[in-house]
Order: sequence, then structure tokens, then C-alpha cells
Amino acid sequence: MSIHALTLLGILFSSFLTGLVIFFLKEESHRLRTWLNMLGAGLKLVLVAALLWGVHEGKDYSWSFEFLPGLQLALGADANSVLFVTLSTVLWFWTTLYAVGYLEDSPHRSRFFGFFSLCVTATTGIALSANLITFLIFYELLTVSTYPLVVHRGTPDALRGGRIYLTYTLIGGTVLLLAVAWFSRLAGPVAFKERGVIEALMATHRGELQLLFFLFVLGIGVKAAIVPLHGWLPKAMVAPAPVSSLLHAVAVVKAGAFGIVRIVYDLYGVENAAKLGLLPPLAVAASVTIIYGSVRAVFQDELKKRLAYSTVSQVSYIVLGTAILGPLATIGGLVHLVHQGIMKITLFFGAGNYAETLGIHRVSEMNGVGRRMPLTTAAFTVAALGMIGVPPLAGYVSKWYLKKGAITAGDEWVALVLAGSSLLNAAYFLPILYRAWFLAPPKTWPREHPFGKWETHWMLLAAPLVTAALVVWAGVFAESSFSPLAWVKLIAAREYGP
Amino acid sequence: MTASWSFALLVLGPLMAAALAFVFPRRGRGVALAAAGITAGAWVGLVREVMAGGVQIQRVGGWSAPLGIDLRADGLAVLMLMVTGLISGAVTLYSGRYFRDAHDLESAHRERYFWPLFLFLWAALNALFLSADIFNLYVTLELLGFAAVALVALAGNREALKSAMRYLFVSLAASLFYLLGVALVYGQCATVDLTLLAAKAQPGPTLWVALALMTGGLLAKAALFPLHFWLPPAHANAPAPVSALLSALVVKGAFYILLRLWFEAFHSLNTPAVAQVFGGLGAAAILWGSANALFQPRLKLLVAYSTVAQLGYLFLLFPLAAARDGGFLAWSGGLIFLAAHACAKTAMFLTAGNILHAAGHDRIKDLGGITHVPPISTFAFGLAGLSLIGLPPSSGFAGKWLLLSASLVQGQWWWVVVMLVGSLLAAAYVMRVLTRAFTRVPDATAPHPIPPVMEWTALAMAVLAVGFGLVARWPAELLRVGVPWP
Repeated sequence: MSIHALTLLGILFSSFLTGLVIFFLKEESHRLRTWLNMLGAGLKLVLVAALLWGVHEGKDYSWSFEFLPGLQLALGADANSVLFVTLSTVLWFWTTLYAVGYLEDSPHRSRFFGFFSLCVTATTGIALSANLITFLIFYELLTVSTYPLVVHRGTPDALRGGRIYLTYTLIGGTVLLLAVAWFSRLAGPVAFKERGVIEALMATHRGELQLLFFLFVLGIGVKAAIVPLHGWLPKAMVAPAPVSSLLHAVAVVKAGAFGIVRIVYDLYGVENAAKLGLLPPLAVAASVTIIYGSVRAVFQDELKKRLAYSTVSQVSYIVLGTAILGPLATIGGLVHLVHQGIMKITLFFGAGNYAETLGIHRVSEMNGVGRRMPLTTAAFTVAALGMIGVPPLAGYVSKWYLKKGAITAGDEWVALVLAGSSLLNAAYFLPILYRAWFLAPPKTWPREHPFGKWETHWMLLAAPLVTAALVVWAGVFAESSFSPLAWVKLIAAREYGP
Repeated sequence: MTASWSFALLVLGPLMAAALAFVFPRRGRGVALAAAGITAGAWVGLVREVMAGGVQIQRVGGWSAPLGIDLRADGLAVLMLMVTGLISGAVTLYSGRYFRDAHDLESAHRERYFWPLFLFLWAALNALFLSADIFNLYVTLELLGFAAVALVALAGNREALKSAMRYLFVSLAASLFYLLGVALVYGQCATVDLTLLAAKAQPGPTLWVALALMTGGLLAKAALFPLHFWLPPAHANAPAPVSALLSALVVKGAFYILLRLWFEAFHSLNTPAVAQVFGGLGAAAILWGSANALFQPRLKLLVAYSTVAQLGYLFLLFPLAAARDGGFLAWSGGLIFLAAHACAKTAMFLTAGNILHAAGHDRIKDLGGITHVPPISTFAFGLAGLSLIGLPPSSGFAGKWLLLSASLVQGQWWWVVVMLVGSLLAAAYVMRVLTRAFTRVPDATAPHPIPPVMEWTALAMAVLAVGFGLVARWPAELLRVGVPWP
């Protein structure tokens, strides 16, 4: 087995084995568990860095194993997978650190971190899947490994949220299974390839391909929270904050968005999809989701709910970018995969800090919180401004490319959607920032938890500061060669070819 | 040479062990372990012969059919023997502790009879899978039935006796039907050998009647909807390891004979209409069994109804495997599904036994606060559930995927719908139980500790149910040896 194949397997097993071991640790072995967690996360980070370098150099990464007659379990790394795997690995590292701080002294930590590791294993598996069936396997694995995290608290509310989550995702998964089986019947057990694999079927199976695309989007759209398949996401807010970060930024929703990217670019090929007339409906669905999510977010008082609806809206930027033909929109959509991730995770870290340190769960309780927790609030502010699209932050870059791409493609109405969404973003984020910085704090906080020297536990503080720094970096240094944008341009070049 | 030893040991090993366990009641576990070792060795010898040299036939006493008795091993038989060996091995490990834990007179008494009966059942199953003629199949089926009924009655309480009685009547009536069919076939074709029948059998009224009788009997034994009524009480009231044996293996014995009849001996009578009827009943079983599992108050009943549902999938093999296009996909899919279900269901029943042991009851709604204490059992249940639902990469998924592919290739999309709906229903009833594991209950009762060997055996079977899916290519290759239809 080549060193390249080993790298791929290592990326998966660095978290899988960690997870397995953690399951069997005693509840009290706090230190050992933390070390294992960080070791696994660190090792994965190193391996992903090696992968990033290798793929940039044009090295071929692949590994496969025939598990059913004619059916391969296949891993590989192209530019697309590297984008997603890097994002989730980097963010996972910080989420783990955050979770260790967040869950101190709460029960069932071994169970939690075990599933946490399995969850990220599934996510990296999705990123590295080289064919449809492998994608399906990891996609379902993600569903299963996230459920215990959603219901972790074990309260009736949590169980209800979990049940709704599972109902949506399992039905979505079943539709996806049907689509995958059907597609495989049509095209054989195909591997993902830039510019698609359906060229030969275009003339003969037009209707079937269109229907299949609809099924794919239906199945994957559940995780990507496309309206009206988004119902589970706000309900899953009952989970602990690190899990919300995982759901919204690292794993689940991202896996959905990435899945749609895969289907459009590497299964159908964006040009083929355009010829089949599949892109306009997808663009409309994404636009509806963008506006709907933002409107709903404006009216939520519960901070995490507001963030959840904001996710519904923001993730569809990725879908929107995918649904518009042309390299600029592609760049805008794909780069938002990363940008939305780092911004949203910062926001959730912030929300978690408020809840954990001061007992604040609602926007209306946030008056003057900036004075009590300046660093957290500063990070939160950077991310919120980024979401609105204030230059030179990450969100601005995505929106600029999306807008430009839409206009180039002749879809001017999309520019209107984006402008409207930015206004709505401002409408639900600015009041929070205003309250936090400019209103006087109350005499007592709902439930204050002292952490000594810093405004909160250092692990809870480190994570949002780092991710906020990433938001600034992704915006300010967007045009340098070490930025998400630079990588995404590489993908777009490969996707559209010479 | 190796093959003939294998044949002998596979049947005589457990049989001798049964006799020994009866004579030396205190040595039951040791004897069973020895039998497990012997059959495992014999199986390895056999599988090597079959993979290398194709179908193996053993003429007992040197006489060939139709005069003598043939024993025969093809890919299908070898796969069934493997599943039997795995499940029996697990049951051996589990029962060694299970019956000993109660420390009362009754349980010692139960253990005394459990080992000989279990080993006898094992021998009957091995003989059944190696039989090459329909009369031999009858004999082994009858032995299997008696052992199974006696094992159900072993629990000793009123409910168990009642369901054992009902099981006995169904089993006896079914055997009679089958035997009648065999007699008719013999009168018509003058042979009972599967291979000779395949050449001789021509559709005609006598054979149709004979086949209808045999099939009716076998469907009752295989508990296919609507003849499943005896199964849930019998499986739910038996001791846990017995439930595992019944659900994982005993019903599959009857199914195996159905395959031999319809795809081998009487393949000329296997018309599309017949196949669709089988499939329809299977579909009904999937829906009816799953729907019932959703409403059972007790864990073991839920698992038993899940068996009713999962057996339905096996019968989808009939309409799908008969076709030329993608027939083998369905054939291997159905049989991988069978193996998957056997492992998963064993894990589930053993886990149910563990939970019953820990909590003292198996009322699903009161399990909160208890199941999160023994996490290994929860894990075992969850992994087994994964396979029952058919989530990748479990073996249940592998089987379902092949069946799905076959239906899509043949354009029989209605089975696709049934399978997908069945998966969702399975998810619903599995989650009914798993949710309890996450429920936080303020005054959680301290559970009775579960012996580790019982927990780990259940977990091992569950891991097997999932892991087997990753190497499902191998059984698919094995099944190609002596594919029974022309």
C-alpha cells in the first residue's frame, strides 16, 4: 500500500480509533480522554496538511477495496475533497478543545466524545469519498453518529429534537439510497470526476437524469437544510453548544452542502446540469431558502435559534453558487463552504460562552454583555459582521463573487436576492451587536459561573478567538496564495477546464 | 477425502455431543464448546474443498441416489453451515453463563435439558443443510421441530408452555403437509433426490398439489405472513439464547428447503405468477411485522415481530432471483440478508436477555435509566439495529443493496418501495428502544450486574452483523458454487 493511500486511511482512522478507545474509558479519566482527543485531532491535522500539499503538487491519492461484487469502497482526494476535509479538520480541532472545556463535569463524557470522534470520521469520509456508494456509506454513518450527540442531554426536549432530526435525515437518507442505487444501475458504479460522468447518457436518458437529480437534491437537501427540508435544524438546537457548532459548521449541514456540490460538479458536471435545465430550479430553491431563513431569523429571540435560521439561509449561498453556471459563481459558492463554516462556528462558540458563563440564552438578555466578556463579544462581532458581508471580512468575499457570477451569467435577480439577504442579515445581527456593546449591563446575570482570571474558561475563549482570526484572514488575505479563495480558484479552473 | 470427514463431523459432532451432554449433565458447556471446535474445523475443511473443487457429494454407505442417501454441499449449504456454526458458538458461550446465573433449582434443571436439546438442534440443522433429497429434508426438519419446541417449553412458565404447545401443533401439522407432498412426488417421479427431480419433474396436477402441500407446510414453519401467528409468543417467551436460535436459525431451515424446492427440484414449476405471490406475502410480512413491532410493549416481543418483518425480505428473493437479468444479484442479496439477519437477531435477543437480567423486566417504556447503565448492551443493540435497518456499511445493507439493484435492473420497482418503507419502519422500532438509552431519569435504579461474557457475546455478534457487510463479496463468490438454477 502506498504512502498516499496510507495518508487517506490515516485521516479516517486518526479519529475512528480514538473514538473507539474513548468509548471504553472510565468517566473519571478526564486527562487521558483529553489527551487522546487532542492527539487524534492533532494527528489528523498533520495528515491533512500533508494531503493538502500533495494534492496541490498534483499527486494522486486513492485507495479502494471491493466489498461487494463490482462495488468499491473508494477513497480519493481531489481539490474538492481537500477543501472540505481541511475545513472540517481544522474546525474539529478547535471544536474538540472547546467541547473539552464546555463539558467539564457533565455526565457521559466518554459517550459524548466517542460519538464526537465518529462524527468527524464520517465527515472526513464524506469529503474523501471517491464514488457515490462510499459517499452514501459515510453520509448515513454521519446521521447515526450525530444522533447521540443531539440527544446528549437526555431531557424530553433533547429527545424530541433528536427524534425530529432522525426522522428527517433517515427519510432523506432513504431517498438518497434510492437515487444512488438507481443511478448506479444507469451509469454503473461510477467514480466522481471533474466535469461529470453522465456525458454518454445525456442523449438517451434525459428524463431519468432529471428525475434522479431531483431525488439527489431531495435526499441531500435534508442535511443542507434547503427549505422546506430544514425543519430539523432549529429543533436540533437543544444540543450542547459544541454539537451545534459541529452540526452547523463542521459536519452535518456542511456535508449536505458538499454533497450538492459533488452531485452538480463531479457527478453530473455543471455544464451537463445546465444543459438538462437543472440549475434554474435549484437556484430558485436556494434563493427561497436564503430569504426565508433570514426572515425567520429576524424574529427569533432565542440566540441559538436565530443562529440556526441564519445557517439555513447562509448554507444555501453555497447551493446558489453551485446552481449558477460560470466560474465566478462557482468560486463564490465553494469559498462560502469555508467562510460560512468559520463564521458560524465563531458565532456558536460565542453563544455557548454566553450560556455557559452567564446563563444568557436570549437576545433580549444580552444587554452590555460586551463589557463583561469583551474578547468573546469581539470574536462574535467579527463573525457577525462577516455574515452581513462587511468588507474586508470573509463573507464579503463570498458575496462579491456570487454577485459578480450571477450578473455574468445573466441572472440579475440573484443579485437582488443577495442584497435583500444582506439587509436581513444586518437586521438580525446588528441589534445583537448594539445591545452587547452599547446598552448598559443588568445588575446580575441570569446564572453566572465564575472562571477565575479570564472572562471564561481558557478553552472556551481560545477557540472563538482563533476562528475569528480565521475570518479576518480569509477576507484580508483572500488574494494571497494561502487562502481558501486561492484553493477554490484552483477547483474552478479544473472544473471548467481550458 | 477431507470432504467426507467434514460431512461426518458436521452431523455427528453435535449429535455425539448431545448424547454426551445428556449423560453428563454437568459437562454440558464443555461438550458444547468441543462440538463448536469440531464443527468449525470440519467447516473449514469443507469450505476449502468447495471453493477449490465445486459441489461436494457424499454417498453414504457407497450407494448412489436413488438407492442410497446423498449428502451434498454447495455454496449455499456451506454458507448456511457457517451461519449455524457462528450462531451456535455464540449461544454456547452465552448460555454457559445464562442458565447458571439464577442459582435456583429450576435453573439447574433447565440447564440440564438445554445442552442436549440445543446440541441436537444443531445436529439437525447441519444435517438439514447437507441433505440432498426431499425425504431426508423431511426427517431433519422434523427433528429440528421437536428440538425447537422442547427448547421453547424450557422456560417452564405458563406462557412459555402455552406458546410451545401452539408451536408444536403448527409444527406437526406443517410436517404432515410436507410429508404428504413428498409422498405424492415420489409416486409421480419415483425419486426424492433433488438433482434427479430437477430433470424429471414436469408440471402437472399431481406435482402442483404436492408442491402446494409442501410449500404450505414450510411457509407455516418459516412463519411467513399470514402464518406467522405462532412465532412472536414462542420466540418472546423462550429463554434468551433459545429465542436467538429460533429467530436466527430454525425458521431459516424451512426457508432453505423452500429454496431447494422452488429453485432446484421443481424449478420448472417456478412461474412468474408463483414468484410474485411469494414476493407479495413477503412484502405484507415486512409491513405487518414492522407495524406490529412499533406497538409492542415488551422488548422481546418487539424483537420477535421484527423477525416476522425481516423474514419477509427473504421472500422477495423469489420474484427477483427467478429472472435471468440480475437473478444472481437477488439470490446472493437475499442470502447475505439471511446471514445478516441471523447475526443481528442473535445479538438482539441476547441483548434483550441481558436487559431482562439487569432490569428484571423488559417493558420498553420503563427501560429509561436502566439501559444507559450497561453501555455495552446498548451498543450491541444499536449495532444490530443498524444492520436490521439496513444502514451502510452493515451486512443488512449489503443484502438490501443487492436486492434493490436486482429490482431496479428488472424494473420491478414495487419491491423497491416496499424495501425502503420497511427500512424506515425498522428504524422507527429500533429507535423506540434506543431512545430509552439516552433518556435521563432522576431516580435510575441500580441494575443487576450482567456477566461480562454475556455482554461481550452479544456485542461480538452485533459487530459481526455490521462487519460482515464489508466482506460481503466473499459470500457472494461462495454462493456461485453450484448455483441451483440452470
